[in-house]
Amino acid sequence: MSEPTNVIAMKQIVKRFPGVLANDHVDFDLRRGEIHALLGENGAGKSTLTNILAGLYRADEGQIFINGQRADIGSPRDAIAYGIGMIYQHFMLVPSQTVTENIILGLDEPRFFLNLPQAEKRVAELSKQFGLHVDPRAHVWQLSVGEQQRVEILKMLYRGANILILDEPTAVLTPLEARELFATLRSMIAQGRSIIFISHHLDEILEIADRVTVMQKGRVTAAGVSPKGMTKNDLARLMVGREIVFALEKKKMDAGAVALKIERARALNDRGLPALRDLSLEVRAHEILGVAGVAGNGQRELSQVITGLRPLVSGRIHLGAYDLTNKAPGEIHELGVGHVPEDRLGTGLASGLSVMHNLILRRYKQAPIAQGIAINWHTARKVSENLVTTFEIATPGVDTRVGALSGGNTQKVILAREISTRPDLLVAVHPTRGLDVGATEAVQKLLLQQREAGAAVLLISEDLDEILAISDRIAVIYDGQIVGEMRTDEADIEKIGLLMAGAN
Amino acid sequence: MNFWANIFSAGVSNGTALLFATMGELLAERAGVLNLGVEGMMLMGAVAAYGTAAATGDAWLGLLAGMLAGGFLSLLHAVVVISLRADQVVSGLALTFLGAGLALVLGEGLASARGVPTLPIYSIPLLDQMPFFGPVFFDNKSVLVFVGYLLIPILWFYIYRTRAGLHLRAVGEYPAAADSLGIDVYALRYFYVLAGGVLAGLAGGAITLSITPGWFSEFTTSGYGWIAIALVIFAQWDPVRAAVGAYLFGSLRRFTLDAQGIQNVFGIANPFFYDRNLQFFLEMLPYALTILALLIGSRAAIRKRLGAPAALGLPFVRGERGTL
Repeated sequence: MSEPTNVIAMKQIVKRFPGVLANDHVDFDLRRGEIHALLGENGAGKSTLTNILAGLYRADEGQIFINGQRADIGSPRDAIAYGIGMIYQHFMLVPSQTVTENIILGLDEPRFFLNLPQAEKRVAELSKQFGLHVDPRAHVWQLSVGEQQRVEILKMLYRGANILILDEPTAVLTPLEARELFATLRSMIAQGRSIIFISHHLDEILEIADRVTVMQKGRVTAAGVSPKGMTKNDLARLMVGREIVFALEKKKMDAGAVALKIERARALNDRGLPALRDLSLEVRAHEILGVAGVAGNGQRELSQVITGLRPLVSGRIHLGAYDLTNKAPGEIHELGVGHVPEDRLGTGLASGLSVMHNLILRRYKQAPIAQGIAINWHTARKVSENLVTTFEIATPGVDTRVGALSGGNTQKVILAREISTRPDLLVAVHPTRGLDVGATEAVQKLLLQQREAGAAVLLISEDLDEILAISDRIAVIYDGQIVGEMRTDEADIEKIGLLMAGAN
Repeated sequence: MNFWANIFSAGVSNGTALLFATMGELLAERAGVLNLGVEGMMLMGAVAAYGTAAATGDAWLGLLAGMLAGGFLSLLHAVVVISLRADQVVSGLALTFLGAGLALVLGEGLASARGVPTLPIYSIPLLDQMPFFGPVFFDNKSVLVFVGYLLIPILWFYIYRTRAGLHLRAVGEYPAAADSLGIDVYALRYFYVLAGGVLAGLAGGAITLSITPGWFSEFTTSGYGWIAIALVIFAQWDPVRAAVGAYLFGSLRRFTLDAQGIQNVFGIANPFFYDRNLQFFLEMLPYALTILALLIGSRAAIRKRLGAPAALGLPFVRGERGTL
């Protein structure tokens, strides 16, 4: 047997950022016609490594060989010329333009006049060849997330990319869409293309990858091993360097009285279009209600109307005996609502301020921190230091700028602030998105503790595994309505997937 | 010529200056850069054009100087908002003050200049004989009016049907996507801000050298720069609608004058004829509409619904969250 040819060989890649060694002498190779998974926690250096291939960063040391030839990739343009196409997690598509316009954007040909009909024909051919169904003339804003991802892939295939890098491609997809994507990926490798697949979903890697390279803190801990015969626990150990408990301890608990009650809520999105259409739901004390759904179906607006960040057009929201409808955010919080928002550094925290300032944001108006119109900084510091210890926030000190902390620790700062005021209702939006396995576990435990302490928890998440793991009931949101509700122990993944996709 | 032909004929001439300024602002905004300094750039263009023409005796040289002056001012804005990422509204307002102030100083004494050449005036044979449309569009018009006619389809085609236009739209809608495909976002934004400045300078020069020749200090442009900004919003960033808007606004200005000359409308006494104090309300009309448009345009949600470029007003930083 002859040695399989490497389409990419990266040798001893070093990349430094101020204060961080993101890639520490990393070796990586990709064979023709394989799916090579790149596995690691956040901050392990996967994205840095692939961004070097995609031309966004330049390696400080090391060499890259493409088809055996030394390559110098200085820009995204160079990467495309080498046949490398990167598909980002956040789609790089212009919503107001059509599929075809997005695909030919930035190409040297046509030189001057756009010949759209001709380009549309080629797009249609490519989409047929790889089973990537999408209307070449549709505007991107009309497409579902799954379709937009197909456009991204087509964009790279149109440029003649032989090597595709997919950065956590399934994070935004429904289970059904993910399966379609996997079928497409298999058909692409069958046609001689090669794929680098970044993920921290261990199940996916076991399902799709031919080989896997695991990274931890900038180093490779397993280089190009076959996942055959490996278990999730094996992979997790390679990734984290310790055992991970996959089954969280969830105590059996009877739900209490209705805490949050939303009746026929209607609200508009930022564009002024209906986002919530007569949405009703209830969450009880001692209960976690998981709201599952594909992004953009009203989740954001739902969390905002509850917490007072977005006006209700009609409908009512009650928390126990209190009416929250269109109250101010501060008042809603005082009535017992805690909020872990989607955008941690933008909405959740004042990223330029210190850990202490952020931790006291909810309580600086009350004694003991408030003393008349002044703030007792001595007490504030003590309170903050206590919270840092209790919630195991890894920070050099309470005076550290909160924006300088890692994702997991910024989330812990928010949770510490919101939970320590003992809310009756906690609204948590994508609380573990982008967090590594260790931090995810910590955040999920905190949510479960809230449930045990008697709070109602509304968990909005795109991660179905998370919802299945910690919620008591599941509500599926689609197009601004709850289209299905079920108890988690009776949940059927197929059915949830269909509901998420809008099928009745 | 009847009453309406008169108004629209003047409207097309007035509107030509407005057209250039509006097209310039439209290009800059399509690239994602709001430039509120149009009035300042127009005044600089007007004074540079008129001053150069007075000094050299060559109107075309004057026009070129006007375009350069507008372009120079816009480059200041480009550096401040694209490279230094300052607030576009603040920088644009500062540019208005700077341009207007400089123009008034440089224009000191220009008002009394005599024998300054103007740009040629043409009539198109045959076309100018058409009833109504002849006098309105083709009879006795400045050469720049005809340049304006050509500019409308060219810009439309450029924006919607060429590769460069596709890149322009992408940079204003989602610069990160353009960047990821190897398009130089900064270079394109510089280019279109500069193009906007050159067109605003051309608009200023068109006024002093052709449409209403002469230098009348800040009254030379009489707020056209602001109307242009409002027109971009009215036009929903479309060049054809912008052109229609420019000619209509130009006509509206003339209408406010002519309407004072009629005694009776359908047998009812015209209040503007009999009470001269009411003329202020008429003259206010174009500006009141401008303020209305700017109010509408300043609401982000409404702006989005009107189809404003999604990244309008936002600086671009590669790889940073929160920027589009």
